[in-house]
Amino acid sequence: MVDFAGWYMPVQYSGIMDEHRAVRSAAGLFDLGHMGQVDVSGPDALAFLQYVATNDVSLLGPGDAQYALLCYPDGGVIDDIIIYRRPGGVGFFVVINAGNKDKDVAWLHEKRAERSDLDVEVRHISDETGMIAIQGPKAAEIVAGLSSVDLNDMKAFSCRETQVAGIPCLAGRTGYTGEDGWEFYCPIEQVGDLWNSLLEAGKPHGIQPIGLGARDTLRLEARMPLYGNELSNEINPLEAGLGWAVKLNKGDFVGGDALAAAKEAGINRRTVGFKMVERGGVPRSHYDVQLDGKTIGFVTSGTSSPSMGENIGLAVVDKEFAGVGKPLDIIVRGKPVRAEQIKTPFYKRES
Amino acid sequence: MAVPQGYKFTRTHEWVKVDGDVATIGVTEFAQSELGDITYLELPSAGTALRQSEPFGVVESVKAASDVYAPISGEVIEENNAAIDAPEIVNSSPFNDAWLIKVRIEDTSQLDNLLDAEAYEKLVAEAGGH
Repeated sequence: MVDFAGWYMPVQYSGIMDEHRAVRSAAGLFDLGHMGQVDVSGPDALAFLQYVATNDVSLLGPGDAQYALLCYPDGGVIDDIIIYRRPGGVGFFVVINAGNKDKDVAWLHEKRAERSDLDVEVRHISDETGMIAIQGPKAAEIVAGLSSVDLNDMKAFSCRETQVAGIPCLAGRTGYTGEDGWEFYCPIEQVGDLWNSLLEAGKPHGIQPIGLGARDTLRLEARMPLYGNELSNEINPLEAGLGWAVKLNKGDFVGGDALAAAKEAGINRRTVGFKMVERGGVPRSHYDVQLDGKTIGFVTSGTSSPSMGENIGLAVVDKEFAGVGKPLDIIVRGKPVRAEQIKTPFYKRES
Repeated sequence: MAVPQGYKFTRTHEWVKVDGDVATIGVTEFAQSELGDITYLELPSAGTALRQSEPFGVVESVKAASDVYAPISGEVIEENNAAIDAPEIVNSSPFNDAWLIKVRIEDTSQLDNLLDAEAYEKLVAEAGGH
């Protein structure tokens, strides 16, 4: 168990490799109670989210979900978030990262005060909201037996109200593993029952509880960013390869001008995927990246990939050195170890 | 946790088994369980001089990279290539198949600084192992 943003959580249950493989081949269950949630409601909820988030929130119909970023005016990233438009069409449900909760909520309240022209209510609901994810090829089968409404016809990045084992949930067809699955949000008092019901129903399908360790290897193989690694107030979203979640032409938003100027000036760093081609260790966050003895960037995340059996990572490097097939030297304990840039995501499920 | 007899242990969870003036060195069951799935070993080659209590290599798991410390001073005479090629055997057989290196002991009196099985078992129990 480790202290993670004030939550006492297991890094692993049966072992990172074993849990990772369970999610790729069967199903995994994630207790995500540490994640934060914010309810945004009122007549101007959309206008407010358009102002604070980088993506075009107006594209969301009722029951749609979207990945977006919160940025500072200088374009630095405060957090990456998922915005769900509630299925009834009224209001939004926003999921924020555990470690950024206080910072995000303070920021949203500050922006709300700044936009006194907007009629919007921002409510921090983390303490009353439980969150559990079920992910993996067997997730659909497991959920089908428990949900009061059919969830299998939901498209990716959508949400629906349902009852799972009699517990009222907002079900998002979202996740952080690269697999099919759902994230369920329920009243905090019932999250234990929801966990037990899903675990019980999943047993015949090989479900396993998944700790923070495998959550990280799964998301990295799927090339999903982790705040603090791929994203920070020092790596802008365009450098992180998240330009698709930044809609510069949607109108005024916090950080928009700075990001437009950065794009205009040219993005000089790229986030690239690589695998080690020489033996010498596992790449880790913040290792130096060099070429011919000259520093050209740094590793943002790295691990031994359980799916590929290779040591892989993501790095931010100067643009001219970025490109699939091009070499990098990862400095492991003072020694350069050769890596080759490869296509990402590292892992893509068969659909 | 079963700690084998006939071994000596460090407080940093390495073991050493002595045969004449040769010490075989590895990491303990507790160490492998704390590290989790081990994927890479960085070990010194024959001829390298080790000093007691100083790092001599690195064990990397999916989770993290951890230094391993020399239980005793001496010269490396062999590294375990089977473990280097298949580091996962450190998880499955830390006390036997997955020894890491063999060392020519410089000064056998240094063995007195190490823990016996009983003392090590106590240390692990206090660290939350079982």
